[in-house]
Amino acid sequence: MAHTAPVKDWATDFDVLDPAYVADPFTIWDQLRSTSPIAHTDRRISSWLPTRYDDVTAIAHDIEHFSSLRVAVIPGGEDDEPSEGAPDLQYGLPPISADPPLHTWTRRLLLPWFSHRRVETYVTLTRELCQRLLKGFVDTGHADAAAGYAQQIPVRVIANILGVSTDMSDSFTLWVRDVLEFADDPERRIRGAEALLNYFVEQVELRRHAPGDDLLSELLHTEFEGKPLEDDIILGMAALVLIAGVDTTWSAIGSSLWHLATHPHDQKRLVAEPELMPLAVEELLRAYSPVTMARLVTQDFEYGGCPMKEGDKVLMNFPAANRDPEVFDDPQTVILDRAHNRHVAFGSGIHRCAGSNLARMELQVAVEEWLDQIPSFSLEEGKEILWAGGQVRGPRVLPVVFP
Amino acid sequence: MKIRVDPDKCQGHARCYGLSPELFDVDDYGQATVTVDEVPVELEDKARLAIANCPEYAIEVVSE
Repeated sequence: MAHTAPVKDWATDFDVLDPAYVADPFTIWDQLRSTSPIAHTDRRISSWLPTRYDDVTAIAHDIEHFSSLRVAVIPGGEDDEPSEGAPDLQYGLPPISADPPLHTWTRRLLLPWFSHRRVETYVTLTRELCQRLLKGFVDTGHADAAAGYAQQIPVRVIANILGVSTDMSDSFTLWVRDVLEFADDPERRIRGAEALLNYFVEQVELRRHAPGDDLLSELLHTEFEGKPLEDDIILGMAALVLIAGVDTTWSAIGSSLWHLATHPHDQKRLVAEPELMPLAVEELLRAYSPVTMARLVTQDFEYGGCPMKEGDKVLMNFPAANRDPEVFDDPQTVILDRAHNRHVAFGSGIHRCAGSNLARMELQVAVEEWLDQIPSFSLEEGKEILWAGGQVRGPRVLPVVFP
Repeated sequence: MKIRVDPDKCQGHARCYGLSPELFDVDDYGQATVTVDEVPVELEDKARLAIANCPEYAIEVVSE
C-alpha cells in the first residue's frame, strides 16, 4: 500500500499516520510553517495541511468553501464515501459532520447539555470517579496513567449524560478507538462503527416507551418544525457525543500527565500553586491539542496560492496553529501561567467543540485529583510509551512511577 | 473602562467566563455577555486577560 511508504518530503507527500509524525509532529509543523505553510499529499485522498494559525482559523470560518460533510482525517474507503464514523446514517453525525442549516438546529439541541451550568452538575461525579481510580493504584507505586486513569474518566461521564450503563465503558472505548484510531484498517473501523450504532438503536428503542432523564430520552421527545426527530438524527447525535467525548478528552488528560511526568519543575509548581490550574489547563490544551478535524473543499478554489479542487480535504491542524510563533511567544514551551492564549484546541468558528466546557472540567479535575494523591511522579524507566495520532493525538500507554 | 462581546463573533468558547466570571456570563447556548456597565478599576486587568484569551477576537473595548 503506497501510503505506508516512509515520508521523504513533508511539503508534498505528508502522512499524518507516519510514525515520525505521530511521535513528534511539532518539528515537522515548524519546518512546514516556515517553508510550505499549507502542505499537500495525494496519499489516501488529495489533502491539504495548513500549519499557520491565521490559515487554520480563516479556513474554519469560511464555511462556503470548506464544508464539514466529511470530517474524518483518515478517509473511509477509496472514494471517501463509506463509513465516515458510522455507516448507514443518512445525516452522518450532526452537528459535527453537517453544514447549516442542519448544523445550526442540531447544535442548539446539544449545547444546553454541555453548558457551564450543566457541567457544574457533573463535577462531583467526575471527582469521585477520579478518586476511585486513584485508590486502585496509589499504593502500588506505579501505574499506566493513560490506560489505567485518563482512559477511564471521560467515557464514564459521557455514559452518565447519555443515560447508558457505565458497565459498557470498555466496549465504548474499544468502539471509539476502532472508529478514530484504527480508521486506516477498514475492517476495524466498520466493526467499531456498527457495534456502536447497533447499541444505540437498541437503547433508543428502550427509551421510546420508558424515557429517562437523559440526552437520548430528551432527543426522542424533541420536535423540530412540528415533527419528531428522525431516528437517523438521534442516532447520529448520540454516536457523536460518544465518539467526540471519549478519545479526545482522555488524550488531553494523558498528554497533560505526560507533560507533568517529564517536566518536574511544572509538576512542583502546579502542586505549590494550585490557583494556577485554570490557566494551566488552557496552556496544556494549547501545547497538546489532541484533535485534528477535516473539511471538504466544495468547489475548485485557490487558497493561499494552493490550487484546491472540489472534493479535496483540508486537515484542520488546530494543534499546529497553537504552536505558531506569530501568535504565541515561545510556543514550544509550556508556560503554566501564559496570559495571552487565544488557543484553538476546541476549534474556531461555528463548529467550536460543543463539549468544550465538559472537556475542560474533566481535564482540570483529573489533574487536580491526580496531584492531590500523587504530587510527585515520573516516567517508568525502560518502559515504552505508546502514542496514537491521526485524528486524535495522545498517549495510549504511559507507565509512571511514584514514591 | 467599558467592554462588550460582539454576539456575531462569539462562538461560545467561554474563555472569558472561565477567566473572569466577575465580568462575564455565558448562556446555555454559549453566548457570552458582559454583566457590568463599567469595569471596576480593580478588575481591569481581568478584563484585559479575557480579551487576550478570546480565540474569536469577540471582546471589544468600548471606552478606556
